[in-house]
Amino acid sequence: MSSVLLAAATSFVRPEIDWHALAPELVLVATFVVCLLVDVFTDEESRWTASSLAGVGMLAAMVPLFTLHMRELDAGVMFGGGYVVDDFALVLKGLFLLAGYVTVLISTNQIAEGDYPEGEYYQLLLTAVFGMMVMSSSRDLITIFVAFEMLSIPTYLLAAWRKRTQTGIEAGMKYYLIGVFATGVMLYGMSLIFGGTGTTLVSEIGAHIGGTFGNEPVAVVGILFTLVGFAFKVSAVPFQNWAPDTYEGAPTPVTAFLSVASKSAGFVAILQLVFIGFFGRSDVLRPFMFVLAVLTMTVGNVIALRQTNIVRLFAYSSVAQAGFILTPLAVVGAGDPSTSAQVLSSVVLYLLIYTVVNLGAFAVIITVSRRTRSGELASWGGLFTYAPGLAVSMAVFLFALGGIPPAVGWFAKFQLFTAVVSPHHALGYAAGVAMAVNSVISLGYYLGIMRTMFMDDVPDGDTTPVKIPVALAAAVGITLAATLVVGLLPNLAADLADHATFALSLGD
Amino acid sequence: MLLNQFLILAAILFCTGVYGVISRRNGVLVLMSIELILNSVNLNLVAFSAMTGAVAGQVFALFVIAVAAAEVGVGLAIVLAIFRNFRTVDIDEVDLMKG
Repeated sequence: MSSVLLAAATSFVRPEIDWHALAPELVLVATFVVCLLVDVFTDEESRWTASSLAGVGMLAAMVPLFTLHMRELDAGVMFGGGYVVDDFALVLKGLFLLAGYVTVLISTNQIAEGDYPEGEYYQLLLTAVFGMMVMSSSRDLITIFVAFEMLSIPTYLLAAWRKRTQTGIEAGMKYYLIGVFATGVMLYGMSLIFGGTGTTLVSEIGAHIGGTFGNEPVAVVGILFTLVGFAFKVSAVPFQNWAPDTYEGAPTPVTAFLSVASKSAGFVAILQLVFIGFFGRSDVLRPFMFVLAVLTMTVGNVIALRQTNIVRLFAYSSVAQAGFILTPLAVVGAGDPSTSAQVLSSVVLYLLIYTVVNLGAFAVIITVSRRTRSGELASWGGLFTYAPGLAVSMAVFLFALGGIPPAVGWFAKFQLFTAVVSPHHALGYAAGVAMAVNSVISLGYYLGIMRTMFMDDVPDGDTTPVKIPVALAAAVGITLAATLVVGLLPNLAADLADHATFALSLGD
Repeated sequence: MLLNQFLILAAILFCTGVYGVISRRNGVLVLMSIELILNSVNLNLVAFSAMTGAVAGQVFALFVIAVAAAEVGVGLAIVLAIFRNFRTVDIDEVDLMKG
């Protein structure tokens, strides 16, 4: 027995590991360990260090992203192509770290004031961001699955953070149950794909799906089941049931995190699977994505119109935004390869801009609800009279979400629209029309919030100014500055999105 | 052929699990149904792995087992907290937020 093991040990070759390419993840894991140790060895008074450490760690993890970008070498390909650090991964990792950092900023006061443990909150947040970063590099079904769970399990716990209140634990339960069910369906799909192709590498799966296996009916079942798991994560209709309740019951900073970071991670997985793995059956993907996108944006928008709670309204708004982001995938693989590249870059661009803008809107919501102690939209009446700065910032974010020029969202939506229409495909035109109609519907509620802020009277005539803690002010400032800069110079973000391509070839 | 029998068993397990998740109202039973789904996946992976000789399937199954354990740990904690707050594990009664 031992001789067999020894023989195996000598023939073992250590896989080549590119430590530089792994540096962002390593920094994040190191931060997690430091947070854990500090939490163990300090007493209650110094709990505030957890949030500072987590924030600094996320910023520090961004540094290797820039050095990796400067590196002249090709993308870091590790483990036989199972883990790839290409431009796509770098851009998305930056996005996740930024989202994580802003989430730390908007959490600091909220979490410190509640009667809940602080250290664990930031540890879970770090773990979730780590899972997202791994997700953007994973090109292997096993790695994708592990990354998916790495980001999901901490978010189940974060959603159930207010565990001693009934609505808080209800939020966690709904998210958890639908989440693990979707994971099960996704795994079943993955097992069928593994059975047909005999490999878990996404690029090799792509070769098989483009070949004979792609024509088997079981391949279609595998593809659709796998994508369903991620459709839940991005809260696409009909898998959106959890979103409004979870968003309302979870602490608002967690809601902000779920609505941007965890949603983007779902899209990252979908993009990797669609463009590298399942591209050979884009004829199956197009109608599926079309139905998903149109249903998602229509249902999200129509229900959002009659919401009176601002967090619930943003829950449905984020469902509708997921529909917009899915739309270009309805034309994936139609037309020449350049239009497919356009689909990819338009989705990445929208993810970048949506993340910044939605986080900004949530930062304002958290600041205002600290004063009003209410999530009702009516409590926002006359915000402009006593907090003009916040009201104007919120107006900028709402313009951006609604896609009104000159705010940055207009440019992102325009790019989505171009990507949808340019392949001259029937589904593309239909999706474009649905998108245009839905953009108008969404203005109904975005402008409704504006009217409440600027026109309505202040409830109870209470016009004491809003106290804005430093961390929240920084969060609003960062997102507002990013929104304005990209709004004036949209090419900055567009270059970044065009740059975000897969190292492995696009679909062939 | 032997492979078919494994696949059919896995498919039956999967359908039972999905039925359980949809129809059962007891939180613990829903968790057990989810375990059925995950085990059907393991059966599939190991059967395919034995057929094609690709070890990746067995490795995948090991990962699924490990992660499922972590998942159920979180799930049971949530069900416990539900019981503390609501004095029941009937998930239909845990429905305060609507709209």
